[in-house]
Amino acid sequence: MKTPLIEFQKVSKRFNNHVGLDRVDLTIDEGEISTIIGKSGSGKSVLLKHIIGLLTPDEGTILFRGRPIQKMGKSERDGYFSRISYMFQNNALFDSITVFENIALPLRQTTHLSQKAIEERVRARMEQMELTDVAQKYPSELSGGMQKRVALSRALVTDPKMVLFDEPTTGQDVIRRNAILSMIAQYQRQFGFTAVLISHDVPDVFFISNRILALNQGKIIFQGTPEQFEEFEHPLIDEFVQSLEDFQEHLTGIQTKRQFRARNQMGLRRKRPQEGYVVALFTLQDFDQLCEHMGHTLGQEVINAMGTYINKHFGAVGGFSARQSKNQFTTFLPFSNLNEVERILKKFAMDLQEEGLRTIQAEADIPHDLCFPFAILSGFAESKTGEEEIDLVFKKAEASQKEIARVYCEIRR
Amino acid sequence: MKTFRDKGSQSISFFAPILTSLGRTTIRWVNELGAMVLFLFRAFLLIFHPKQFPIIIQQVYFIGAKSALIVIFVGLFTGMVLGLQLFHTLVKFGSAGVLGTAVALSLIRELGPVLTAIMITGRAGSSMAAEIGIQRISEQIDALHTMRVDPLRYLVSPRIAASIISFPLLTAFFDLIGILGGFVTGVILMGLNAGTYFHHVRAGVEMEDITGGFAKAVVFAVLVSMICCFQGYYTHLRRDSYGAKAVGLSTTSAVVISCVVILIADYVVTSLLL
Repeated sequence: MKTPLIEFQKVSKRFNNHVGLDRVDLTIDEGEISTIIGKSGSGKSVLLKHIIGLLTPDEGTILFRGRPIQKMGKSERDGYFSRISYMFQNNALFDSITVFENIALPLRQTTHLSQKAIEERVRARMEQMELTDVAQKYPSELSGGMQKRVALSRALVTDPKMVLFDEPTTGQDVIRRNAILSMIAQYQRQFGFTAVLISHDVPDVFFISNRILALNQGKIIFQGTPEQFEEFEHPLIDEFVQSLEDFQEHLTGIQTKRQFRARNQMGLRRKRPQEGYVVALFTLQDFDQLCEHMGHTLGQEVINAMGTYINKHFGAVGGFSARQSKNQFTTFLPFSNLNEVERILKKFAMDLQEEGLRTIQAEADIPHDLCFPFAILSGFAESKTGEEEIDLVFKKAEASQKEIARVYCEIRR
Repeated sequence: MKTFRDKGSQSISFFAPILTSLGRTTIRWVNELGAMVLFLFRAFLLIFHPKQFPIIIQQVYFIGAKSALIVIFVGLFTGMVLGLQLFHTLVKFGSAGVLGTAVALSLIRELGPVLTAIMITGRAGSSMAAEIGIQRISEQIDALHTMRVDPLRYLVSPRIAASIISFPLLTAFFDLIGILGGFVTGVILMGLNAGTYFHHVRAGVEMEDITGGFAKAVVFAVLVSMICCFQGYYTHLRRDSYGAKAVGLSTTSAVVISCVVILIADYVVTSLLL
């Protein structure tokens, strides 16, 4: 069995009469994105601060690759901490030094690299994060999103093996929140670090997470994959997730997977046994490359506009849609059969190619000089109530996907 | 007998809260004093870390060079007032000629180190406490921990080192400008002979007066920088306030405590030197 990167064994922490962590057992695997969710005061930040060493447990053991941190010698412990970076909720940038100096600080103070090597490394990181233009500015002169990028650059400049993100999207609007999450996922793939996030962005954060940990009053009440979390029934989780999802729907108009599943089940229950229904799946191809080319914020604007367009189109025939993954939408069509859907989709594909893509790009506010050729794929599958699990129908729809529309940059020019 | 016991228990219940409060305050003060000594000891050792030099130079510029103007200004007027007052006093005894000695000794032994330290406390000490306090409440100090940079080494040690370098230099500057201030009032305004003034300055001042003044400056440097950094560094542990208000109160405490400690230390060092 693979040894986890970090393992908590019965870790407890108290602050006077308040329980921070209560006999917490958890594992964090290497190379994955793990997300910690939970209400305010449930112990999420306390947990993260134990990993980075800002807090030490009253009871229990924290293991790094199977070795207890408390029993490590000074050099081994230094080695452990040097592999971890922490991104603070409020960024914790040094406001009296420039952006460049902020990013260079950990290298200047903890390594023996030459001045030239430090400058090269910082410049390379700033280029990757699109911060070159603001190198000599002070953090207070930057926007919130840019400050996040500076904080992320500082966290990544030492090439850490693990990065801890304490509520990286707090205070951002829906588009920017998704852009930050998308950015974290992209850099995690690019640099290969293990990421641990505290986030309230349910369900968007699930699209980038490999593992979910739910905390309540200092106790772990769930740990598993996002898919397992979707199935997990717990009154506290339901209440907490419901409140976040309601807020999300209010802002975007698109249903979450959880709401979609509930509505879907309700729709199926109303139908007679063996009565047919159709599920359609839409994918924005090369979404990661699109984000890299246009930036994460514009990428999220495009996906949001695409969701709104699909929802509007299929809502007219009694369908309802949900975001299935970071670049996919599913539409449930309870009142249509395969032939009808085929006809509707054909018309939809024509509309999408003729004016839909233009509408999506206009709504996403993409500048005229910025173009990236992307395609939208679609597939659909029919099933009957009680015949098979809805997830299998999704898979069948995914397998049947083909291109229905494409943006050609030459034509736009 | 019963009445006696009642009176006894009444007086105990009257004094108990006062004694408890006094005891708690004493324990808190002793704890704080111990913490301060440990804080100073650790920060002092970290001055000799190889990466400190550029940060110390930056702090010498901020604490020393940027305080020079205010020291010149205060030194000049202190010397001028001293010259004026002493001239009128000495004239009564027919000893106006020793004005140079009186001005120089007053400045070099006492006023120079004390007033310079108080001036730097107001200008740089308050800034040290506020800056470190803000860094504490905005999690910048925690950020240093997570980057494996010792905040004591990065924030406190350079300020203590820079104070030890700057205080004696600024004190020397203050003394020099003050003696010139005494010259302005005693010689230019009151008509004392310039040669007499400078002769008495040279004749009256001995090397031990100068080293004593510098010793005081070094002691004040250590105390002021330690108190101001300590108040800022532990802003988050204040019990009377939180956040921005705590930073404000820490800054006030840093200045007030530093000024009082400067005067107490002045007496102690003077009594040891004499």
